[in-house]
Amino acid sequence: MLTIAHLKRGQRAIIKTFEVENVPLKLLEMGCLPGNEVSVVQQAPFRDPLYLNINGSHLAIRKETAALIEIELL
Amino acid sequence: MARQINVALIGNPNTGKTSVFNRLTGLNQQVGNYPGITVEKKQGICKLDRGLKAHIIDLPGTYSLNASSLDESVVIELLLNKNDKDFPDVAIVVADVENLKRNLLLFTQIKDLGIPTILAINMADRMKRKAITVDVEALEEKLETKVVLVSSRKNTGFDDLKKWVVNHSQLSTKPCVNASVIAPEYFGRLKKAFPNQDLYKLWLVITQDVNFGKLERGEVKGIATFKTESESNLKRLQQKETIARYQFINGVLKETLTVDTANAKDFRSRLDRILTHKFWGYVIFFSILLLIFQVIFDWSSYPMDFIDETFANLSEWVKNTLPPGDFTNLLAEGIISGLGGIVIFIPQIAFLFLFIAILEESGYMSRVVFLMDRIMRRFGLSGKSVVPLVSGTACAIPAIMATRNIESWKERLITILVTPFTTCSARLPVYLIIIALVIPEERVLGIFSLQGLTLMFLYLLGFGAAIFSAWLLNKFLKIRSRTFFVVEMPNYKVPMFKNVAITVVEKTKSFVLGAGKIILAISIILWVLASYGPGDFNEASQLVTQQNVSNPLTEEELETKIAAFKLEHSYIGIMGKAIEPAVQPLGYDWKIGIAIVSSFAAREVFVGTLATIYSVGSEEEETIKNRMAAEVNPVLGTPRFNFASGISLLLFYAFAMQCMSTLAVVKKETNSWKWPMWQLFLMSAIAYVVALAAYQFLK
Repeated sequence: MLTIAHLKRGQRAIIKTFEVENVPLKLLEMGCLPGNEVSVVQQAPFRDPLYLNINGSHLAIRKETAALIEIELL
Repeated sequence: MARQINVALIGNPNTGKTSVFNRLTGLNQQVGNYPGITVEKKQGICKLDRGLKAHIIDLPGTYSLNASSLDESVVIELLLNKNDKDFPDVAIVVADVENLKRNLLLFTQIKDLGIPTILAINMADRMKRKAITVDVEALEEKLETKVVLVSSRKNTGFDDLKKWVVNHSQLSTKPCVNASVIAPEYFGRLKKAFPNQDLYKLWLVITQDVNFGKLERGEVKGIATFKTESESNLKRLQQKETIARYQFINGVLKETLTVDTANAKDFRSRLDRILTHKFWGYVIFFSILLLIFQVIFDWSSYPMDFIDETFANLSEWVKNTLPPGDFTNLLAEGIISGLGGIVIFIPQIAFLFLFIAILEESGYMSRVVFLMDRIMRRFGLSGKSVVPLVSGTACAIPAIMATRNIESWKERLITILVTPFTTCSARLPVYLIIIALVIPEERVLGIFSLQGLTLMFLYLLGFGAAIFSAWLLNKFLKIRSRTFFVVEMPNYKVPMFKNVAITVVEKTKSFVLGAGKIILAISIILWVLASYGPGDFNEASQLVTQQNVSNPLTEEELETKIAAFKLEHSYIGIMGKAIEPAVQPLGYDWKIGIAIVSSFAAREVFVGTLATIYSVGSEEEETIKNRMAAEVNPVLGTPRFNFASGISLLLFYAFAMQCMSTLAVVKKETNSWKWPMWQLFLMSAIAYVVALAAYQFLK
């Protein structure tokens, strides 16, 4: 399964789906929704956390959360 | 009397909501707390047309009405309670023009509650540069309300905003999204059970439990017994609701908002490339930290010296001017020196908040959180713990309040528990005087002063103790909590002077009033305990004169002896003698013991207490220092403050939990006495053991 945790800088992807149980509602509210485009703006050492641009919304999440969000590369 | 309109200012964090608030109210605002909790309540008055006044509440920033923190729950508590005296007649949702989509989520939720809602799109001055155009008329039509473009930086659009506050009764209260479509069957059951209630409100009341709980349920009778869906089903429905709202918003914005993305690559990404760089990002952060410390300790020493002198002079003046007596003494020795002890911290606290406000306003703080998260997590902390740990160098009280945005309860609790280890400004006077006494004035390698290095070591020790105990707590605390972490990375902005100034003034004021009360109270109590006593105390002058009959003493020497005798037989002296056996193994005598005990109220009391105890008339540091240097250990015949006892004292102050105000704040923030009591007990035990070991080893 390809997730945001695998996404490299410069790649763009579309969010497909995510694990409902463990993904916090807040993440959805901040714009991380299925169908939205996502790219990595910056990564901290060891690629954790990841600084993302999701459809113009800029946010940082930890790798473990990123690994719950399935994507499809563009 | 002029009619007053209640206005609630609501918005996402980083939308410039507070600058809008500052524009509307000017300095006509007050900051307090919501009853029973430490969430800041900001309110102000704004004059409108036709003699009307708006009472504006600046609600805490939130991304939605599904609260996940104490700050956010304040918003929903108010909006669901029609009987609250602050319940808004009209809501202003502040949105950032560059994040309009995300900001509209909250807007739709507020409007669905049936509250007249104006949309204020802030930072309109940035539209041109960012190549953003908004079709305001079309947007108004789609959202069925008034949309106003404002710029708090350029002060435009506010007249229009005020006009619509006055005319709020003309606004439509029709909901944007029909929440019940996400689960028609479930909402049908709800409607049957509560025919008179608004469905969306019911839904909000039910789902708050999933995220946060604690909501006052008084308004909706019987809701607790209504059989709802399982928690995971409710969560699924909430996600569905969020998606439905975004569908609506996407539809609205498709025809009303255009962004020329070619123009959007800019300054921000270039700055991010440096400031969040794997290597340079850290170099820059640590340089900024270094600069802040430099400024706090260097620059603020001038006003601090000035304040110190002013209060000493004032105390002297009162003593010389007012008729002698108990009242004059209380005023000069208790109250004025107590007040001086508070005021002296204002420069440092103000400088620290100045920097923190600038870093936050500019958007840099989120980058620090991003950079530090991974490192902090190893110790059971969060990237968001950096702000409290840095603020802790001024004062643990605001630092602990700054932990609120940490999502994981375990990470937040650990941050609260370890923050008091960082070297707060109250430890500084103690450190300075002890270092001056026991560390020689030498230079290492010809450049570094040994005293300065000792001070730096103590700061590092504080951070080290915080990090190490966080690591231990993380191992031993058995708390299961969702460890998720989301942080918005806002745009970089040039901080607005007015916002920074208001923050600095407000924070400093709340420190002075909050912590100040305790320091003042302690100084008065101390003064009373040191100025009165039973038995021998009252015959002090006779007894001392008799003892020294054979000794030719000057009047001044005799008076000093009498004062020392009085102190030893005062209430505080009796208490000190009682605890002496406990502090002797650490290298202290009863006088230091008393200073330590009184420091449990607030550390900075230490120097003042010793000043009183060593019966030094003036509070001038030099005299206290000389006095302390002259103290002799009667058993060993060595100076009381030698290297061994000095180091032992420094270490004791580095670790001990000596601050009542901090304990009170921890109690408020953790909602139980359990944690502050553990903190008090464990930190003090560590301090005792470390100081004991150091003295026994070094003596």
